[in-house]
Parts: sequence; C-alpha cells; structure tokens
Amino acid sequence: MADFLQLLVAGIATGGIYALVAIGFVLLWQTSQTINFAQGEFVMLPAFLVLAAMRFLELSFAAALLVGFAASVLVLGVLFKRLVVDPILRHGVLPLVISTLGLAILFKEGVKEFYSAEAQGFPGVWPTTNLTVGGAVISAQSLVIIGVAVAAVGLLQYFLHATRTGRQMQATAQNPQLARVLGIPVERMILYTFLVNAALVALASFLVSPIYLAKFTNGELLGLAAFVAAIVGGFNQVRGAIVGGLLLGVADNLVAAYWSSQYRAAIPLFLLIVVILWRPQGLLGRAEERTV
Amino acid sequence: MSLLLFSVLVAAPFFLKPYGIYLLSLWVVMTIAAIGLNLTLGYAGQISLAQGAFVGIGAYAAALLTTTGWPLWSAFLLAIALSLAIGWLLGYPALRVQHHYLAFVTLAFATLVYLMLRNEEWLTKGVYGVPNIPRPTLLGWSTKAPIPFYFFCLGILALVSAGTWWLVRSPWGRAFTALRENALRADSLGVDTRRYTLMAFAFGSALGGVAGVLYAPLIQFIEPTVFNLNLSLSLLLMVMVGGSGYFLGPFLGAAVSVLLPEWARFGSDALYLILYAIAVMVLMAFCPSGLLGLSERVFKR
Amino acid sequence: MHAQQTVYMPIVIEVSGNGAVSGTNFRDGALMAIDEINASGGILKRKINAPVSDTQSNAAISRAQVQKAIDGDPYVILGPVFSGSVKVNMQLAQQAEVPQIVGAEAAEITQMGNPYVFRTSFGQQMSMPKMAAFVANGMKAKTVAFLWVNNDYGKGGRDVFFQEMKQRGIKIVADVSTESGQVDFAADIVKMKASNADVMFIYTNEEECARVLREARKQGVKQPIIGETNVISQKVIDLAGETAEGAKGHVGLTADAPIPAVQAFTQKFQKRYNYVPDHNGLKGYMGVYAVKYATEKLGKFDRKALAKSLHGMTITPKQEPGILIETTWDANGDVDRISFLVEVVKGRQKVVEILPKLGK
Repeated sequence: MADFLQLLVAGIATGGIYALVAIGFVLLWQTSQTINFAQGEFVMLPAFLVLAAMRFLELSFAAALLVGFAASVLVLGVLFKRLVVDPILRHGVLPLVISTLGLAILFKEGVKEFYSAEAQGFPGVWPTTNLTVGGAVISAQSLVIIGVAVAAVGLLQYFLHATRTGRQMQATAQNPQLARVLGIPVERMILYTFLVNAALVALASFLVSPIYLAKFTNGELLGLAAFVAAIVGGFNQVRGAIVGGLLLGVADNLVAAYWSSQYRAAIPLFLLIVVILWRPQGLLGRAEERTV
Repeated sequence: MSLLLFSVLVAAPFFLKPYGIYLLSLWVVMTIAAIGLNLTLGYAGQISLAQGAFVGIGAYAAALLTTTGWPLWSAFLLAIALSLAIGWLLGYPALRVQHHYLAFVTLAFATLVYLMLRNEEWLTKGVYGVPNIPRPTLLGWSTKAPIPFYFFCLGILALVSAGTWWLVRSPWGRAFTALRENALRADSLGVDTRRYTLMAFAFGSALGGVAGVLYAPLIQFIEPTVFNLNLSLSLLLMVMVGGSGYFLGPFLGAAVSVLLPEWARFGSDALYLILYAIAVMVLMAFCPSGLLGLSERVFKR
Repeated sequence: MHAQQTVYMPIVIEVSGNGAVSGTNFRDGALMAIDEINASGGILKRKINAPVSDTQSNAAISRAQVQKAIDGDPYVILGPVFSGSVKVNMQLAQQAEVPQIVGAEAAEITQMGNPYVFRTSFGQQMSMPKMAAFVANGMKAKTVAFLWVNNDYGKGGRDVFFQEMKQRGIKIVADVSTESGQVDFAADIVKMKASNADVMFIYTNEEECARVLREARKQGVKQPIIGETNVISQKVIDLAGETAEGAKGHVGLTADAPIPAVQAFTQKFQKRYNYVPDHNGLKGYMGVYAVKYATEKLGKFDRKALAKSLHGMTITPKQEPGILIETTWDANGDVDRISFLVEVVKGRQKVVEILPKLGK
C-alpha cells in the first residue's frame, strides 16, 4: 500500500510534466495546425540555455534562469513561429511535420556539438528532503513538481477563460475564420499561443532537469510522451492534454512496478492504438469534421 | 537519364575500394526501402513512420533463416509475405483517422516491433544480435566478396524499379494518385479508396521488407537498435528531400543521406547533420516537393 | 605508401551517440599516448598517424568506418568501445588480418576464436566473478536486487552474474530491466526496495547510474548500493553528487588507483583535456603503449606477428612505463591484471582492497 501511494505520487509528478508539454502541443495544433515533432527537444533546450548563461555569461543561477526563460520564449516562441512555421504552413501539414523533424535534429546535434555530449548536472531550486506518509517516502521534489504544474495550469485556465485576450485566443482556436470576422487580431492570438507553449516547455525543462540531468537526447522520450498524452486525452482540448498526461504518468509507473519493465515503453503505445481505434477524438475530445 | 544513372552504377565499383563499394551497397538497400515508402507517402499520400520496422522484419527473416541453413530466397518470400500482411493490417487505422493520427499509429507500431526484436530472445536472440549472416550463392556464383554482392543488390534494385515503374503507370497507380489528390473525389468517381489505401500500405511495406533481406547479409551482423524509430525517420526524410511522388526521388534522397556525407567533409558528422537539418527546413519552406521538385521548377523557367 | 614514414593506426570510436562519453575518453587517452610516443621519436623511428572516425554509436556506420580503415592498410585498429559495434566489424578485421584493440566488455567477443581481437579491460566473464565473490564474501549477502540496462552490455553482465549467483546459492530477489537513456527510475527503485534485498546491484551506463543513485536517495533506500566499474566512476560521482556516497564496487581500472604511475597519468590527462578520465581513458592509453612495446620487441612492423606475440604476452611497467600496470594478454585476447575494490568517500573513489591477478 505504501509502495502504491509512493508510485502514485511519482506518477502524478511525471504526469504533470507530460501534461505541461502536451498542453502547449495541443494549443499549437488548435490555433495553427502545427504538429511539432520537436516538442521534446523544446523541453531539452531551455536547461542548456540556462547552463550556457551560467557558463559563458557567468551569471548566478537565478539570473541565468531568467535569461534562459527569456531566451526560450524568444527562440521557441517567436523565432519558431516566424522562421519555421509561417513560411511552411501554407504548404500543408506534412512539410511542417518534416520541418519540425529537421528542427529536432538541429537542436540535438547543435547542443551536442556546441555544448556537450555528456549529461550535465542542473541545480535544483528546492530542498532534497523527504516526507514520510504512512510508510511511503514522498520526496519534496515530486510535491514541488505537482504544485508548480497545478499552479501553471490553473493560471493558464484563468487566463484563457477570465481575460479578454484569453477568450480571444480561445475563439481563434475554435474557429479562426469566424474570429477574424469578429475583429479579433487572429495573427497576434496565434503568436500568443506560441509564446505560451514556449513558456510551458521552459517551465517543464527547469522542473525535470535537476532530476533527469540535462542531456541532448532527453527530448526523445518526453516528446513521444507528450504526443501520446495529447492524443489519448483529446487532440483539441487543453483538459484532454492534462488528463492524458496524468493517465500516462501513473500508468507508466504502475505498469513498470507491477507488470513488465521490459515492455514498459509499449504501454503508452498500446493506449494510443486503443484510443485511436476506439475513440479517435480522444477521451475528452470532440470529433473533428473532415474538411474537403 | 535513367540509363546514364544505370551505367554509372554498373561501372562504379571497379573504381572504388571496398569501403566505397560498401557505402554504395548501403545506398542501394536504403533506396529500395525509400522507394517503398515513396509508394505509401508520395503516391498514396499516407504518412508512415514504420518503414524502418519493416526493414527490421525483413532483416531478421533473412538473418534467422539463412543462419540456420535456409536459402536467401526463402527469406525473401517470408519477408514479403509478412510485410504485405502486416502493412495491410496497419493500413486499417488509416481508413478511420486523419493523416496525422496515422503517423502516430505507425510510430507506435515501429516501437512495438523494436521492443519485440529486443525482448523475445527465444526468437530473435535479443540484444545479443545475430552474427555471421552468410551472403548467398546464386547458381554457383558466390556473392561473398564486396563487388558480387553489390551487383546482387543492384539487380534487386533494378527489379524493384521496373516493378514500381509499371505499378505507378498501371490503373492501380493512377488510382493511388487520384487518392492522394483528393480522397473524397476519388471516392465519388468510383475508386475503391479503402482497398487502394490498404494496398499502398502493403506494397510500400513489402519493399521495406525486401530492403531488410538485403541489409542483413550486407552488414552480416544485425541487432535490434538499428531498426528503431530513427531509421524510419531518416527514411522519411530521404523521401521528402529527394522529392516525394517523383520516381527518382528516393534514389536522390538516399544518396543525400548515405553518400553525400562521405564526399562532402565538413570536419565532423555532427556538423553535417546540422547543415542537413537546416537544408531540410529551408527546402520545406521554399519547395516542399523536394530537390526534384526544385530542379523541375528551375528548368521550367 | 604511408608505411614508409608513418604507422597508420586509425581510431574508430564512438564520438557521438549513446557511447560518446566512453568513446571520447578512449580516444583522448589513445591520442595522448600517441602524441607522447611521436614526441619521443615514434615506434621504431616511425611516427604514428592516427585519424579518428566516428561510429556514431551505430553498428552499420562502425562497419563502414572499419572497412574504410582497412582499405588504408592499417597496422592496428584502435576501438570501438561498444560491444555491438565490435561484433559487427571484428570479422572484417580478422579477414584482413589486422589486430584490433577494443574497449568492449561483452563476454562473447573473445570467445569466438578470433585471433586478431584484443581487449584493454576485463571482459564480463572475468569481472562478474570478482563481483560475485565480493557480494558473497565481502558483503555477506544472501539476496541481491539487480537493475540492468537492456542492451548487449547490460544483458551480458546480468547473464554472467546470475550464473555466478546460482553457483553460490545467493538468491536474486528482483530482476529489473531498464532502458538505455531512461530518465525516470521511480518505479524501478520501488521494485528494488520492495524486494528487501541485502544489496542492490546497479549495472547501467554512467548517466543512468547517476539518475538511479539520485532516485534511490530520494526514496530513502537503506541497503548498500554496489556496481561494476560504472556506478563508482568519477563521472557518475560528479553527476550524482552526495547521493553517490557509500556506493561500492569493483573496477578493473580506475584513474584513482593507488599506483603512482596511474595518478601521474590522471594528472597529465586532466591538465590536457580539462576533465577527469574514467577507465576508458586508461584503456585507450595503455592499448597504444601495448602495441608500441610488442612492436619494438618484434623489431619490425608485421601485423600477423604482432597478433601472435601479443597472445600470452606480459608487459610490466618496468619494461614499458606507458603500460602503467602489469598486464597479461591470454590466448583469447583477454587481459589479466590487478583490480580494485573501491568505495565512494567524500566525492572520490577510495580503493579499499587490491585484488590480485587471476593468473597468479
């Protein structure tokens, strides 16, 4: 029982990270039909921006964190949209998929070539103490991750539902043509979703790197998990991404502990295939009409 | 054009050291796999991220059969039959969901195949891999040395090319194209879209299997990690870079990926990959129909 | 052609991909030895020419690179480190009769009757029995939980170790397979903890070791954590920080060995490359010096004769200072030398016991 509780907390913490990454993924799809195959590398990169700021600009960790965050929003938000998505989007979804595949290679090889191929330690901003609850050892790290993820998602939901800009963004996501007719600055709203995505992945990066260590290959697993979370939960729903992320994190931990660790990597994929065959719009998603 | 290419390919090994012949053979094998993917992607418009897995299925069929004394042609039969059947089944989700979902279904399948190759040790020898894969002897002609084996691969490539050439010009091929251009319209014109989509998947996958059957005796040692998702992704890039939907696209795309890094020395392989990635992104922005689409545009002006 | 002036000794190694850390260490150690030898006049008055090519930790590319090396008529090939990559190309080197000095540890490599492949460190069939003896006698353990990385290195070590445990009547109470590149070890550690084993054996690559140690500390694991070479390597200690404290295990080679020659090597290496080498740095360095010594003893450059004479050869630091520790190659190309039981104390490897050579 204690083990189960412990696994549950660890799974929710992992799931929280998946959810953060999946939300951005879903937002990009909703507003601009962007499927970002480099989403995992987007989580890998901000940690290295922070490390580079500490190493080359000799900043303190706190200052480097801010610089890294700003640089992430600029590179993964603004530049990603302007330089990669905008010129390609008119050609359709497939070229954009290929292009983000290229971007993933670029980030991975770039970090490896110009920073380091080796895993790097990343400072944590919280204590490494543990709490013992009924025999289960629960680390402060897990609780911090869960807390930050919940706060971020709450803030995002508040922003989307309670502010004017947020509601305009939602309208854009639901129906860009109609939004344009209603006088909403659609282009700007799309840019905002790219900024939100960049902020979310940077946050996820800073949360996982103290535990996972920063390494150029870290994005491979995270990116895949985020895709699966988004599809399982529902490709067109922020709520779906959250549910999908949590489900995946918990399922992964429970399966690895109680069933087979050799086929652990297969679980999200089974889940994915089942959902796609049985409920292609995802657990919480709406069905999308097929356009001619 | 094709004739010139063919005579260069026949003459080339006599001017190369074994290393060059090995690379050229690897190019032939990758080209065959890419031709298959081009059928699925370029002609039928379906994204598959599982082509590397079919190469793996073919390679393991060849490795496991030939190391236990079966002839290589039995591996061809088994690999083609398996890939056709699995490709057909894998096409089913394609009938239900939109193209980007299909990318994920095939991605999931590719990963499952990799896990099976690794974990089912009783069948595949697991992580230890299969060593000492023999090269075939055809009618008393041993292909053990680099040049004969290269010609064996080249012969298969010629057969595959001829077959595909015929296929895309047959009524089947024209139906494929109609399907890619507009599935709903093709449907209303009486094209049985279900059957053709499945067939595009099945034929494309079978060629992946054929490439795998050649891959095993080329390397002579195989292990599961070679056939992970990265192989599928790099095959996808080959097809797109060369020009999807163009007959010669896979030849060119595979050359860029396999041969070019060797001739163009950039100091390090990572640097080459970085430039490659940037080139792919620029190409997608300005000419998503790949290098052949680009040259077509240039010549038309 | 180039054999007139120089000796062609290509290095085919993992500079990128999963094996980059080990490969870079091996390469830097080998290059340091080569520069030293060249500065003092070379081997038999010929300078060594050692271009580096990258296998990208990919078996097919490693085969291509070794083929390329062989086309250049090499005297010796140095590398690779990954067992899978060695298995792909050792046949090629054998056919071309080129001695290959590898860093790989998978047991089967020296059991295929290839007279041209030489190790620079213990194979698993030698290191795992030492670990088993340590678990049985040193730790007095009755049960073991074993966590391994599911590739040929991890699986190979696991299979040899389990056999040893069976012979000694020690029970494996948890057998946990993990992925190469895995980042989240929460469930795996829960499984290990739940087994209530006397000791926990961690057998993965360096970064994963560091993550496992952090997770184990996070979950408050009390049992001793042990490992073979990786868990107690300096790289893991640096990454895992204080969570590596108290980890114990066996290392065939360590940059912290209490041997003046090895410590001098470590200092030289650190000064030149600005990082602390792991055992792979030593492997590359000693491999080159072994070739130098054996060649000078032959008095000529003859690949076949070199391979023949290395079998059964013992090189002592007195004969060749660059070998650092007395080393013997047996008839299969396996090495035998002293090894160490170490413990992590205050962020450094501390040698607890020196184990004698097996052959003595």
